[in-house]
Amino acid sequence: MADAENIVVATAEKIFADLADPQTINHDKDGRWAAPLWQALSEAGLPLAWVAEQFGGAGTDLADGFAVINSAGRFALAVPLAETLLAGWLLQQGGIASPEGAMTIAPARPKDRITLDADGTLSGRARGVPFAKNAKHVAVVAHGRDGVSIALVDAAGLRIDPGLSLANDPSDTVIFDHVAPVAIKPAPAGFDQDRLMLMGGVVRGLQIAGALDRLLEISVRYAGERVAFEKPIGKFQAVQHNLARLAGEVAAASAAATSAADAIARGEAMDDAIFLEAAAAKIRCAEAAEKGAAIAHQVHGAIAFTTEHILHRFSLRALAWRDDFGSESHWAVALGQRVAARGADELWPLVASR
Amino acid sequence: MTALRFDPIRLPPECEELRKEVRAFLAEEIAAGTFNPYQPLREDADAREFSRRVGERGWIGMTWPKKYGGHERTFLERYVVTEEMRVANAPVRRFFVADRQSGPILLRYAPEHIKADILPRICRGELCFAIGMSEPNSGSDLFAAKTRATKTDGGWLINGTKIWTTSAHMADYMIAIFRTSPATKENRRHGLTQFLVNMKSPGIKVNPIGQITGQKEFNEVVFTDAFVPDDHQLGEIDGAWKQATSELAYERSGPERFLETYYVLTELVRAAGPDPDTRSAEGIGRLVAQLHAMRRMSVSVAGMLQAGKEPVVEASIVKDVGTVWEQQLPHRVRDLAAFVEEDAGNRETLENQLTFAIRTAPKLTIQGGTTEVLRGIIARGLGLR
Repeated sequence: MADAENIVVATAEKIFADLADPQTINHDKDGRWAAPLWQALSEAGLPLAWVAEQFGGAGTDLADGFAVINSAGRFALAVPLAETLLAGWLLQQGGIASPEGAMTIAPARPKDRITLDADGTLSGRARGVPFAKNAKHVAVVAHGRDGVSIALVDAAGLRIDPGLSLANDPSDTVIFDHVAPVAIKPAPAGFDQDRLMLMGGVVRGLQIAGALDRLLEISVRYAGERVAFEKPIGKFQAVQHNLARLAGEVAAASAAATSAADAIARGEAMDDAIFLEAAAAKIRCAEAAEKGAAIAHQVHGAIAFTTEHILHRFSLRALAWRDDFGSESHWAVALGQRVAARGADELWPLVASR
Repeated sequence: MTALRFDPIRLPPECEELRKEVRAFLAEEIAAGTFNPYQPLREDADAREFSRRVGERGWIGMTWPKKYGGHERTFLERYVVTEEMRVANAPVRRFFVADRQSGPILLRYAPEHIKADILPRICRGELCFAIGMSEPNSGSDLFAAKTRATKTDGGWLINGTKIWTTSAHMADYMIAIFRTSPATKENRRHGLTQFLVNMKSPGIKVNPIGQITGQKEFNEVVFTDAFVPDDHQLGEIDGAWKQATSELAYERSGPERFLETYYVLTELVRAAGPDPDTRSAEGIGRLVAQLHAMRRMSVSVAGMLQAGKEPVVEASIVKDVGTVWEQQLPHRVRDLAAFVEEDAGNRETLENQLTFAIRTAPKLTIQGGTTEVLRGIIARGLGLR
């Protein structure tokens, strides 16, 4: 997906390579790496890449933003870049300008609901909100008497109960208790919370695909270096076949995620075919994370079970990202219901629609 | 390690027009009773006529040069025809091997007069091809083949036995590899030559082999001083190993590598009805997501082939992941069907299909390159061998 000739992606990759080296981050117990990284990303306009210039952003097209997110997965990036991109995109759907600084999105789970009350305030609880405690603002999808709204909320007015994801990244519970938003607008026709969840799912799919790609690369390199029984373990057929299976999972995740991102970037209308693309990306990438992470660890043996080794930065994030914006089980049920409602003879036309 | 690439390829508009034509054609054939779409591949008596009608539509040899009867269309268009035929359970076996493999080999290695004679007949759906690779003691280990071709006046005399040869009983021609020299110490793959064999020649005996599916598609083929003329030699003497791997990306990555048991998924959706329970919905959703991801990988490889790239590792991955998926599919469908109402209208169809698909499943990861061989190729691509 990464296109060397693309200036946006090249800029992001240069910053990741310089300031988000997994080895350096892994050894930095005080977290000193995070501030310079975020500053460089902000100076390059990347967190608000998806926001049009008149709304305070860089006005980058969706495809480039998706490529940056995929690349961020390849670095197991643990700052709210994907979240701020997503928040900026969401606010723009409502015609709301994006402020400076880190943002996140609420809800981050399909069944959580934020309500817009008659007095114009927001109430409700959103669990598993990524990087809420690092965010200055939260972009919100809220449900009121007159339908769906999009709102910008100052994080200072929220109660945030900190939590941690499987990968020890912030994954917080955010309580809205009659909070007055900074700005609020009705969502455009056809936009609902599912739409945010699907977009978030594709973003997580791209991150998982990127992390899996790196797991394969690290594992292949290690298999060529580690000697056991007097030869590199990569010369053993059992190890080769495991790595070939890992490559298959990387391929499936990458194909599903980039295809969904491409479909969304082309601006196609939200129909069953786009739903299939987005839901399938989240489902298949999550399944690939499970199988792929297991193989990568198996190839490494005990060494990658240590905090010192960098593998966990990729394996645990790939696994953790499954949980955000609807798990694979959630989307499988939703997709299965939609397929069933269309009927057996409409399944193939759906699969073969593009 | 070279990065794996699966670019998001979209089928161009001409493919969608073509898809409509293929669907309309298949609907007519089904209505006329040529084949039953609910009953997976079996040898219909009128598959011969069906092949000719597919040829008349221009859907065999689609990508080949017009001067040999081809249609100079794209790999993506051929892809659409292949997947629609496969999903409809159309009886394609008679022409599909020639279309996918034998034709391209002839195009590349046969002398001009042979190409001019045979390729147009393939395109008209008149010829059935078989592939003579495996022998009783040489399957995945292709280069252990022992069936000999001995030089004689104006050609070669063939002696030995090929086995597991699909369609040999109805094939007009076989493309086979025979031993023309012993292997050398330096190169154990040396010494095999590829030939075109007219199956109607004297000295060839085809013995059917019963399969666990109840079908008799594959055969033992015994050669006793069977004569093959010089101009039927394909490519370099003793150098078949250089040729055997060249077309594999085409052969490995097509929709036939994950759709062979697809019909059970359709019937499961029918049996589960419009409002399935959570368990069925989740199961169907996962299977459809996996199918979608498979197809995107496969279409991506087709797009790269069309663009003149050689995605050998990616194609091997498609076959590995795809055949394992289509092998597991009937078992997953069986799991999910366990709680479907006993009196669901299509219960009997589904059960008959499952019986056949579960019996078919073991061969899917063996035919056309075993999973083990494929994973070896992928490992080589990753830089491990």
